[in-house]
Parts: sequence; structure tokens; C-alpha cells
Amino acid sequence: MKQYMLAVHMVEGAPTPSAEEMQQAYSQVDKVNKELQAAGAWVFGGGLLPADSATVVRADSSGTTMTDGPFAETKEQLGGFWVLRCQDLDEALSWAAKCSAACMGPVEVRPFEDEPES
Amino acid sequence: MDIDGVYRAEYGRCVATLVRLLGDISLAEEAVQDAFAVALEKWDTLPPNPGAWIVTTARNRAIDRLRRESTREARHAQALLLHQPDEPQEVGPVQDDQLRLIFTCCHPALAPDARTALTLRLLGGLEVPEIARAYLMPEATIAQRIVRAKKKIRDTGIPYRVPGAEELPDRLPPVLTVLYLMFNEGYAATSGSLIRTDLCAEAIRLARELAALMPDEPEVVGLLALLLLTEARRPARTGPAGELVLLPDQDRSLWNRALIAEGHDLVRRCLRRNRPGPYQIQAAINAVHTDGPATDWQQVLALYDQLQALAPTPVVALNRAVAVAEVHGPGLALAALEHLQLPGYHLLPATRADLLVRLGRMQEAAAAYDEAIALAGNETERAFLQDRRAGLTP
Repeated sequence: MKQYMLAVHMVEGAPTPSAEEMQQAYSQVDKVNKELQAAGAWVFGGGLLPADSATVVRADSSGTTMTDGPFAETKEQLGGFWVLRCQDLDEALSWAAKCSAACMGPVEVRPFEDEPES
Repeated sequence: MDIDGVYRAEYGRCVATLVRLLGDISLAEEAVQDAFAVALEKWDTLPPNPGAWIVTTARNRAIDRLRRESTREARHAQALLLHQPDEPQEVGPVQDDQLRLIFTCCHPALAPDARTALTLRLLGGLEVPEIARAYLMPEATIAQRIVRAKKKIRDTGIPYRVPGAEELPDRLPPVLTVLYLMFNEGYAATSGSLIRTDLCAEAIRLARELAALMPDEPEVVGLLALLLLTEARRPARTGPAGELVLLPDQDRSLWNRALIAEGHDLVRRCLRRNRPGPYQIQAAINAVHTDGPATDWQQVLALYDQLQALAPTPVVALNRAVAVAEVHGPGLALAALEHLQLPGYHLLPATRADLLVRLGRMQEAAAAYDEAIALAGNETERAFLQDRRAGLTP
């Protein structure tokens, strides 16, 4: 079994969805989450507050600094994600299709590095 | 058949089987290459089943190699090998393996350019320099595409299996596209360079295998028919000096009758099944072109109407306009081209030029030919267009 991250990206400055659309997305995502849990593919998942809530922490030899705001100065920011356990990429991709439909946005699928063997 | 012939025929099949046995594409390639190197030394005469000999030797070589290595991939592969103790010693290539491999190579998660290169490398057994020459690309670019694709297959866990019936509608079209593009790449090269003709042969070989493995998929059969009926006309497509000869002027006695008969037979099978798709309709159009002493343009136009309903692309609209000109005259055809957008595609201005000539509008025709000449991708086509341009009489 491999683990995959399904990331949802938000475009800053894009028109905010209406309250009904948000409500619809929430209930759709909730339904997919239940499906994922029932299928045993669920590891973790959740939506994030907007990128302006982020703090970047850097620790090196000179000490620890903290900066307000997201790490990457781009318009596309991580909006939420799932971590799934799947047999192979095809399984992850078919879940991604359901997740994309549910949250009404594109979903990026990335595999985790395999855990080092002990 | 000599060892080169065995290599051509069996390489892809053997790699496909070894990928299943070893669980890794690169290890499989190495093992099969090792086995062919042994064959070069040992074969005085061909063994009764060369493919099975190669698979068995490759497998044994892989086990030896893996025992010497201690990487994670090696241990993984060795575990796979050791978990198949019940298999008979002599294992030939299994047909399903090839099908698995072609779906892996043409997986939609891979970049489209990489799919073709990987398919040619793994299933066609073409070397990187051969693929680079065929696509007129630097070797480093092709090599990098292949390495990246193999890495993505391994890292992301792209599976090695034939997709289930519910996935096929999404997964089959990229496979057919790869074979179609492979053929076209070879066919567009009218310079007669051997390597590029090989691309056509390889596309047809793989399409044949695919049709044998999936005989109930009408679009697979349709694609094979389309390739055969196009290939059949190749001998008449260029004249003695290598110049381009258009369909109405071709010497039909040069056409390959056997390929045409096979193609027509496949088109009839598709018609009986009555589940039309874009490849089947294009095959049917080519069947009409190769039926009898001259093309029945009414029928061709009806088929293009059907194709346009299924696949409303600008290229289909352009080809349909050619049929419109034959049935309803050049004026209507020219009107059909009016709003067509095909940037960089020389056949749009070339077709417009031809229609303008037939309407007696020579000045506009000359301008359209100039535009087409500037865009033409190969010498043969450019020479053909320049010839036409020079022949204009005001």
C-alpha cells in the first residue's frame, strides 16, 4: 500500500463562492469522506484557513525567526488536502476524481516517499 | 528468421513478461538485453521457441544479478521471483503482459510525448537514437523523457495491469492516440528514410497485437483498419523522383491489395457491430477511397458528416471541406473554410489555394500557396506546393 496526498489549491483573488455553493461543497466532501473511511482508504484530511493565516518558522544556527504570511508568494495556495492509503496510482486517481467533483476544484495527486526500511 | 528478426518480434513481449516477473521496468530491460547478448554468443541455430528461451534466460540472469546486488529494488524483485515457485521452468511470453505494458506506457498520468517514446522503447525495442531520429529530436531529450516516465511509473505506483471495463473508456483512447501518432509521424515523412518507415511498421504491428488482444473493442479494430488502408496506398504516394502524388492522380495498381482486402474486412466487421467511433469512421472513409476505380465522394461526405458530429475538430472540418468541394463545388467548400482556425497547419492554406484555383481566383491562390509553403514541414510537401504555385496561369 502507498500513501498519496490529494491537494486542493485555492486561487487568491478568485471570486468567493456563494454561501449555497460552499454549503454544497461541504456536504459533498463530507459524503466522499465517509466513503473513503468505509473503504479503508482514509488516513487524514481537512480544509485549511486562507493562506494569510500562515506563519513561516525558520530554525537554523543563528536562531529561530518567524514571518507572517505564506511561504510561497504565489496566487495559488494550498486550501486543503487528503492523505489516502491506496493500492496504486489508479486507485488514488479514481478517488481524486470523486474528491475533485465534491470540492468543485482541481485536485493534485502526489505520492509520499516510501518509508525507509528498518 | 535471424536473431535481429527475433529481437524485433520478441523484445517487447519479453520485456512485458519480465516486468511482471520482476516488478520493475528497468530491471526487466536489463535482463532481456542480457539474454539477447547470451543468445548472440550461443545460438548457432534458432531454438524452437526463441521467445521462451529469452524469457527463461532473462529470468535466470536477473536472479543471478539480484543475488549479487543488495539494493531495495533488488530485494523486492528477488522476493517477487521467489514467490512464483510453481511456474514451469520454460515460461514463454504471455500475451496479456504486453497489454498490461502498453496501458502502463500510455497511462494518462504520463506526459503525452513521453507515452510515445516509452511505447517505442519498451514495446517496439527501438533504441533511443532511433526514436530521436524518428522524431527529429535530440537524443538527450528523448532519453530524458523515457527516464522521467519510468521514474514516475515507479515513484507514483502506476499499476501494471489491464484496466477494468469501467476504466476503459478513459484509458483506451490514449493508447490508440499513441499508435495513431506513431504511424502519422512515420507517414508524414515522405523522404523515404528507412527509420521513419519503421515507425509505420511498428505502429501497425502494435495495433495488430492490440486488436488480437481486444477483438471486442470496435475502435481498436477501427484504428487497425485505418492504418492498414493508409499504409496500402504508400507505394503510390510518391512518384519516381520522390515527388508527392495526390489521391486522384495515384496509380491504383501500385496499391497493396492484400492490405486493402484486410482493411475492408475489418471495416465490415465494425459496421456489423454498429458502435461507431472516430477511428472506425476514418477507416470507413479510407475504405471508400480504396473501393473500385474512383472515390464515391457522396459517401465520403456522408461519413465526414458523421465524423464531425462525433469529433467536431478543425482538422475534421478541413477534410470535410475537401469532400464538399467534390460533391457541391469549390465555392461552398471555400465558405466552409472561412472561419476555421488551424494556426501553423499548412494543409489549411494549401486546401484554400486549391479551391481558389478551381474558382479561377489565381492571385488569391498564389498568396494562399505562399502561406502554405512557409508552413510546410517537409521537403516533399514543400516541393509539391512550389510546383503548384509555379503552375498558376493568370
